[in-house]
Amino acid sequence: MQSQATYNYKVVRQFAVMTVIWGIVGMLVGVIIAAQLVWPELNVHEFLSYGRLRPLHTNAVIFAFGGCALFATSYFAVQRTSHVPLFAPALAAFTFWGWQLIIVLAALSLPLGFTSGKEYAELEWPIDILITLVWVSYAVVFFGTIVKRTVSHIYVANWFFGGFILTVAVLHLVNSAAVPVFAAGILTPKSYSAYAGVQDAMIQWWYGHNAVGFFLTAGFLGMMYYFVPKQAGRPVYSYRLSVVHFWALIFTYMWAGPHHLHYTALPDWTQSVGMIFSLILLAPSWGGMINGIMTLSGAWHKLRDDPILKFMITSLSFYGMSTFEGPMMSIKTVNALSHYTDWTVGHVHSGALGWVAMISIGSIYYLLPRLFGKPEMHSKKLIEVHFWIATIGVVLYIASMWIAGVMQGLMWRATNVDGTLTYSFVESVKATYPFWTIRLLGGLLFLSGMFIMAYNMFLTMAGGKAVDAPVLAPAAAH
Amino acid sequence: MSDFVSGFWNIYVVGIVLVSVIGCGVFLWTQSSAKHVEGETTGHVWDGDLQEFSNPLPSWWRWLFYITIVFSLFYLAMYPGLGTYQGQFGWSSTGQYDGEMKKADDQYGPIYKKFQSQDIMTVAANSEAKEMGQRLFLTYCSQCHGSDAKGARGFPNLTDNDWLFGGTPAQIKESIQKGRDAMMPAKGVKPDLNGDQIKDLASYVKSLSGLASDSIRAQRGKELFGPACSACHGPDGKGMVGVAPNLADKTWLYSSSEDVIIETITKGRVNRMPAFGEFLGDAKVHLLTAYVYGLGGGMKEAPAPAAAPAAAPAEAAPAEKK
Repeated sequence: MQSQATYNYKVVRQFAVMTVIWGIVGMLVGVIIAAQLVWPELNVHEFLSYGRLRPLHTNAVIFAFGGCALFATSYFAVQRTSHVPLFAPALAAFTFWGWQLIIVLAALSLPLGFTSGKEYAELEWPIDILITLVWVSYAVVFFGTIVKRTVSHIYVANWFFGGFILTVAVLHLVNSAAVPVFAAGILTPKSYSAYAGVQDAMIQWWYGHNAVGFFLTAGFLGMMYYFVPKQAGRPVYSYRLSVVHFWALIFTYMWAGPHHLHYTALPDWTQSVGMIFSLILLAPSWGGMINGIMTLSGAWHKLRDDPILKFMITSLSFYGMSTFEGPMMSIKTVNALSHYTDWTVGHVHSGALGWVAMISIGSIYYLLPRLFGKPEMHSKKLIEVHFWIATIGVVLYIASMWIAGVMQGLMWRATNVDGTLTYSFVESVKATYPFWTIRLLGGLLFLSGMFIMAYNMFLTMAGGKAVDAPVLAPAAAH
Repeated sequence: MSDFVSGFWNIYVVGIVLVSVIGCGVFLWTQSSAKHVEGETTGHVWDGDLQEFSNPLPSWWRWLFYITIVFSLFYLAMYPGLGTYQGQFGWSSTGQYDGEMKKADDQYGPIYKKFQSQDIMTVAANSEAKEMGQRLFLTYCSQCHGSDAKGARGFPNLTDNDWLFGGTPAQIKESIQKGRDAMMPAKGVKPDLNGDQIKDLASYVKSLSGLASDSIRAQRGKELFGPACSACHGPDGKGMVGVAPNLADKTWLYSSSEDVIIETITKGRVNRMPAFGEFLGDAKVHLLTAYVYGLGGGMKEAPAPAAAPAAAPAEAAPAEKK
């Protein structure tokens, strides 16, 4: 029954376009702070100083770029795999405008110096409340659409999107609990955490690691499970594997936070428990990589001339690499070397650029022509160019940070025959300059790729018009 | 172990951790035995063409999963993790720290002890001690005083012969060991100074070291200096070791600009050098004293020890270390 009803593509279009825009903004800020490390004199004003821009960079790339990509792809996938238009379209529109408002407020308040001081959750309480409202609306739209579905089974991508939405709600509410400051009888935007001391640190990293686990992993695995089989035109490799790794992943991620607090005031037993669950997490994480890459088995030739598929498969390779690196870095003896060094920064970016950004870019390239009534993107050649520039950028970035990190770790622990430190801290800073320069180059390449993408996007939009595809009738039940 | 407020939490942690780790293995085992038809799909179709193969779990992946679970159980048996249970190896992070510190003391202690019995001048002249002292300085002191020990705004230069708290070996050692606290009260001891008077005072302070200033203002400032500042800085502004800086020399801890002097008088200054005695121990402090002494500004031990810096609690200030 090819009904007259159409899918709600409007909100998907809005989020898809903003993904590219915020990607450029967030990565540009990243390039600026990378340059500030090489040339400290670029800290021209307090509003534009490294300390203010760094949280702006992380918020912009994770929540603005990554968030918009997740909204766009989950709204697209959930209605198509449920065979119904989005539930509560007005609420879906509110999630778009609300999320954009949050991003703008973040871009203003962070440089102005408003911060709760919690990493990846720096925004102050009034913005936190707005996030809660938008997120609950997102959950209503998403799960409402699932409830309305006209197929009996829920497609695997939706489990991951659903797990991500629910968990992020819990993480945000618990970690952001804070007491606002009353000054002279006036409620101020400043607040203090509801937790104190090591418990605050534990809550922060329970949140911080699960922000990685659910926002940046489960959510993007949902994206992967829809767009990789679609683009490859092949069935998902193993249903059983997707079940097992889904439950194992969401269960074990919850425990892994303490590995951010090795050798601190956190009790030894908590650190050990965090470490072993980080190790157990290896196989569940790899389940997603195997399922994604093996989906292509039998269709490897498609990689040769499909740059979108190249983005997707490369992202899965980086995903596999960084989810191997993560458990390894959680081992206490490795962490003793890697912690507080640029190795951690490299690890994060092999996940953030290699996995999160590349799977998003691939998925958005898949989406754009379909949203604007075109058979394909304006230029396939430019996608190819984007792919190579981005890949070289990531490799330069993470290789330089590996070398820098291991070098810093070794320099900090080197001692002379009399037990004094061989290198003062500033000597390790000086030794890192060449690697920070290479990292800056890697970041610049990645950013250039985003500009190419924006150009390609606008030309695709210019020649097309907004279309909403008709709702597809479910395949006959088996 | 003090991590738990009652015995219940121990049992709770042990129970939930073991059930969770073993539960992962049991879950994997039950899922491995499900029926599969390799190469066929589950029969479900979404969005036109989305399907799933019914392939089994890759066996290398299953074994990887099992191995991490077995390793985790082994780790929990050997290391602290199950509540108050310390593990067979008896390891703890504090134990490791204490052990490493003891080993370091045993190994490096004698190297430092060797110098501890020598007096500061002798140590300062010893090239080996100088190298060791420099390494200590770069690790613990350079953050404030700079790699070249020439200080920065608010942090004294240690290479000249101008000392806020004295440059004899004993005084330098005391500064390192116990730290120093300095406080100049806002508007000196005359809290009713107005802005114009403060400007006059600033002009006078500048004139003390021969810097250009408004001579009429400086003249008026001179009259104010007596009641407001001389209690600490002395009638001639030459200060007192351990009490207040000399305002009549060429050394400025903050700045010689009129704006900064006005800021200092208006708001006062609070400054502090942290104590390192307990952290570094006597032997390293001795070596550092010799190093700082040898930087060029060290003074011979005075016949009678200088007055303790805490002597004048109401004032004291390296505000203008001038």
